[in-house]
Amino acid sequence: MPKPLKKSRPLAGLLLPSLFFLVLLAWASPWAKAQEGPGPGLELSDGPARPAGLTQAVIESLVSSKVNDRDLAIAALAQDQSEAATELLRALLEGGLMTQRASQGLYLASPEGGYRELISGQPLGDLGGLNLRKVGINNRQRESLVSIINNRTLVSPDLAVRRRAAAALVASKSLDPELIRELLSKESDGQVIRSYQKILAIETLGREGAPEEEVLTALNFLGDNLTPEARESMRAYAESENPALAAAAQGAMARQDHQLQHLAFFETIFFGLSLGSVLVLIGIGLAITFGVMGVINMAHGEMVMLGAYTVWALQSLLPGQAGLALILAVPVSFVVTGLVGAILELSIIRYLYSRPLETLLATYGVSLVLQQAVKIFISSNNRSVETPQFMSGLLHLSDHLTVTYSRLYIIGFCLVVFLMINLVMKRTRLGLEVRAVTQNRAMAQAMGVNSKRVDTLTFVLGSGVAGMAGVALSQLTNVGPNLGQSYIVDSFMVVVFGGVGNLWGTFLGGLIIGMANKFMEPINGAIMAKILIMVGIILFIQRHPSGLFPQKGRAASL
Amino acid sequence: MRIFDLSTKIFCALLVAAVSFLSLGVLTPTSSFFHVEPYTALIIGKYLCYAILALSIDLVWGYLGILSLGHGAFFALGGYAFGMYLMRQIGAKSVYAASDLPDFMIFIGWDKLPWYWLGSHSFWFSCLLVLLAPGLLGLAFGWTAFRSRVSGVYFSIISQALTYALMLAFYLNNLGFGGNNGFTDFKTILGFDLRSNNMIGALLAISGLVLLLSYLLCRYLAVSRLGLVLVAIRDNEPRVPFAGYRVETVKLFIFTLSAMMAGLAGALYLPQVGIINPSLFAPVFSVEMVVCVALGGRGTLYGAVFGAIMVNLCKSTLTSAYPMAWPFVLGGLFVAVAVFLPQGLAGLFFPQGESKLKRAWSSLFGLKSPSPDLDLDWEPDDQELDDEAEPSSNHLSKASLAGPKAGRA
Repeated sequence: MPKPLKKSRPLAGLLLPSLFFLVLLAWASPWAKAQEGPGPGLELSDGPARPAGLTQAVIESLVSSKVNDRDLAIAALAQDQSEAATELLRALLEGGLMTQRASQGLYLASPEGGYRELISGQPLGDLGGLNLRKVGINNRQRESLVSIINNRTLVSPDLAVRRRAAAALVASKSLDPELIRELLSKESDGQVIRSYQKILAIETLGREGAPEEEVLTALNFLGDNLTPEARESMRAYAESENPALAAAAQGAMARQDHQLQHLAFFETIFFGLSLGSVLVLIGIGLAITFGVMGVINMAHGEMVMLGAYTVWALQSLLPGQAGLALILAVPVSFVVTGLVGAILELSIIRYLYSRPLETLLATYGVSLVLQQAVKIFISSNNRSVETPQFMSGLLHLSDHLTVTYSRLYIIGFCLVVFLMINLVMKRTRLGLEVRAVTQNRAMAQAMGVNSKRVDTLTFVLGSGVAGMAGVALSQLTNVGPNLGQSYIVDSFMVVVFGGVGNLWGTFLGGLIIGMANKFMEPINGAIMAKILIMVGIILFIQRHPSGLFPQKGRAASL
Repeated sequence: MRIFDLSTKIFCALLVAAVSFLSLGVLTPTSSFFHVEPYTALIIGKYLCYAILALSIDLVWGYLGILSLGHGAFFALGGYAFGMYLMRQIGAKSVYAASDLPDFMIFIGWDKLPWYWLGSHSFWFSCLLVLLAPGLLGLAFGWTAFRSRVSGVYFSIISQALTYALMLAFYLNNLGFGGNNGFTDFKTILGFDLRSNNMIGALLAISGLVLLLSYLLCRYLAVSRLGLVLVAIRDNEPRVPFAGYRVETVKLFIFTLSAMMAGLAGALYLPQVGIINPSLFAPVFSVEMVVCVALGGRGTLYGAVFGAIMVNLCKSTLTSAYPMAWPFVLGGLFVAVAVFLPQGLAGLFFPQGESKLKRAWSSLFGLKSPSPDLDLDWEPDDQELDDEAEPSSNHLSKASLAGPKAGRA
C-alpha cells in the first residue's frame, strides 16, 4: 500500500544519478563549448595578408605561365621570414594557390574551404566566372620548398610546431646532416633532440663507409627506438660481414623486439580493459534486472540501442555541438530508456514475475518490435554519431605507447557508473528495499515495503543504465538497429559468469572476459577467440553453476 | 496403450490425408484438378520439417520443462551433415568440375577434403551422421549441463550461447563448411534429380512420414511410465530422486533424443529448401521455433505441430505482403502468448484445469491479482504448496495430457 512518507524516498535512488549528471554537465559544458571554438589554423587568415617579400615582380613571376619564373619568386619569398610568407609558400607547395592571368590576381585556399584574395583578404563567394588556374611547381621546386618550410618550422619558437617538424623530417629524403647537427646543438627540448638523434643515426647507417664506432653507436641508439624506419635501417647490418656490426645490429633488433612485445602486452591490457568496460557497462544493467530481480530481459540490448540513438538524436538537434550533445545524452538516455523500461515493466513483465521462461519470450518479442520500430521510424541503415573533439585523438603515454581518448573515457565512464550503481544499492532507500525484496520478498512486504513499486523502480534503474551504456557504445561502434542484439548474448554470459545477483561479480567477470578475449585474439583470430570464450564460459558454468561469486546464505536458495 | 486417443487419431488422419494428397498431387499432370505446384509442395515440406523441430522442442520443454533456446543448432547440424553428402553428389557437375572437392574448398585453396568429410560420399553414412552429429552434441552438452544441475533460465541462456558460438564458428571460411555462403546448388540425391516432380513428391511424403513417426514416438513416450517421470520432473524436480528415479539420466536421454529428432528435421529441410547457411544457427531462429510451440500449446504435441505450421505460414504470407510488419506480428505473438496464452491455442480451444485465459483476463482487468509477487527465488515456499496439491499418479498422467502447469519452469 502506498505510504506518502516512503513514496518519495526510493526515488532518491534515481535522483542521485540524475544529480550526478547535472553536476557533470555543469562542469563539462563550458569546456565542451570551448572545444568547439575555432581551431588554431584559422587565425592565420586574419593576420597581415600581404607578405613584405611579395613585390610586384614576384607576383608577376608567380602568375607567369613559365614554371622556371617561379624560381625567382621562391627565392624572393625565401628571404621573407614572416608568417604570411611561410603561409604563401606552404600554399604553393600544397597546390592551394590559384591565379587569374588577366588581372594578375592571386588567391589562397582557406582552411575552412573556398578561396580568398591574397592581397585584400576578401573571401571569394563564387569561383565560377573567375577562370582560376593553379600555380604549378616542378619536383625540384617542391623539394626546395619543403626544405625552406622545414627550416622555418624547425626554428619556430612554438615547441609543438618544432616537435611536429622534427618528427616529420624523418620521412623526408633530402637531408643535410650538417644542418641537423647545427640545429641539435641549439635545441633544448628532449623530444626534438631525440628526433634529431634518430635522423642522424639513420643517416649514419645509410651512409657508405661510415666509421665502425659511429655505426655501433647509431645501432645502439636505434635499438631503443621502436619506429619501423629505425628497424628498416638496421636490417642491412644484421646480415653484415663484419661480425661485430652484425652482432650489434642483431642485439639492437632483439632489444627492439623485446620492447615491442612489452608494448603489445600493455596495449592488449588496455584494449582488454576497454572491451571489458563495455561488457561491464552493458552487463551491469542486466545484473540489476536479471541478477537482482530474476527477470530475464531479452530486450536489454534494445535499451542499449535506444541509448545510442539518443546520442544521435541529440546531435541532430544540436548541430555543431557534438560534445555537448554527447554529455547531455548521458542523463537523457537514462530517462528515455528508463521510461521505456517503466512501460515494459508495468505493461508486461509485472504479470510474469512467477514465470521466468515466459518473461524471456515476451521480452524477446519486445526486442523484435523495438528493432523493427527503429528500422521503420528512423532507418535500417546505420546512423553516424560524431565523436566530439575531446573524445578523439591519442594520448601519448610514451614515444611509442599511445591510447585513444575515447577508450580511456569509456573505461572511466564504466568505473563511474559502476560506483554509482553500488552507491545506489548500498546507500539509498531504494537499494535497501531492493536488497530486502531480493532476499525475502514476503518478509519485505511484511515490513511495509511496496514490492511492486520496488520492482518497477529497479527495472527502470536497470534499463536506464543500459541506455547510458548505449551512449558509450555509440562512440565505439556503428549505431544501427542491430546494435543491441550483437551484445546481448555476451552480456548475459558476463552476468552468469560473474555470479547472478552480484554486482562485483559482473564487474570482475566483464573485465576478465574482455581481457581474455583480447589476449586470445592475436593467437586465434577475433571470431575464434570469441567462440573459445563462449565455450569456456559454458564449461565454467557447468562446474560452477552459480558463477565466480556465488551468493551465500539465504539469498542462495535459487 | 492409450497412444491413440482422439486427438492423436484426428492428427494422424489429417496428416496422412494431407500429405498423400499433396505428394500425389505433385505427380499428376498440370491439367489435372488435383495438381499441386511443385513450389507449393516444397513449401509444405519445409513446414513439416519445422513441425518436426517444434515437436522435438515440445518434448523437452512441454514434458521435461527444459527450455532450450539452442535447438536450431541441432537442426542446422543435421542439415549440414546431410549437406555434406549433397555437396559430394554435385561432383563433376560443379563449376570447377576438375576436382572432387566442393567449389568453396577450391576457392579457399584446399586440395583435399578435411578428415571430417570422410564418408560423406556415402548416403547411408550421411544418414547416420545426421542422427549422430546432433545426438552427440546434445549428449555432450546435456551431460555437462544436467550433471551439474544447470536448469531453468541458466540452461536457456547457455543453450543460446551454444548456438551463438556455433553460428560464429560456421561463419569461418576455414572451418570447411562453406562459411558465409554455406551449402547450395545441390543437384541429386542417390543419382535422382532433386528438382524433378517425383523427387519433390517423395521428399514431401518422407517428411510427412517422419513427422508422423516422430509424433507417435513422442506420444508413446508421453503416455509411457517414462512420460509420467518426465512430467514429474517438470512439475517438481527435487522430489523425483526420492521416488527412485535418476533425473539426470532421464533428462539426458530425452534431450539427446530430441536433438536427434531436430537433426533429422534439418536433414529433410535441406533438400527441399536447397540452401543452408550459418543463419540457421542464429538464436532468433531457435527462439522463433520455441514461440511456435508456445503458441500452439506446449505439452500437447499436436499444438507444437499446429503452431509451427501456422506461424511459418503467417510468416511466408506476411513477409511477402507486408515485409515491414512481420517482426511486429512475431513480437506481438511472443508477448501475447506469454501473457495471455500460457497454454497456447490448444489451451484456448481445449482448456484443461484452471483456465489460464480466464486468469489472464481477470488479472488484466484487476479482478484478481495473478500473484505476481511469487518469485522464482521462493521455490521452497512454493514446494510446500505443491506438496499439498500434489495429485495422485493417476491424476498426474491426466495432467500430462492436459499440458504443463504454466507456473513452473
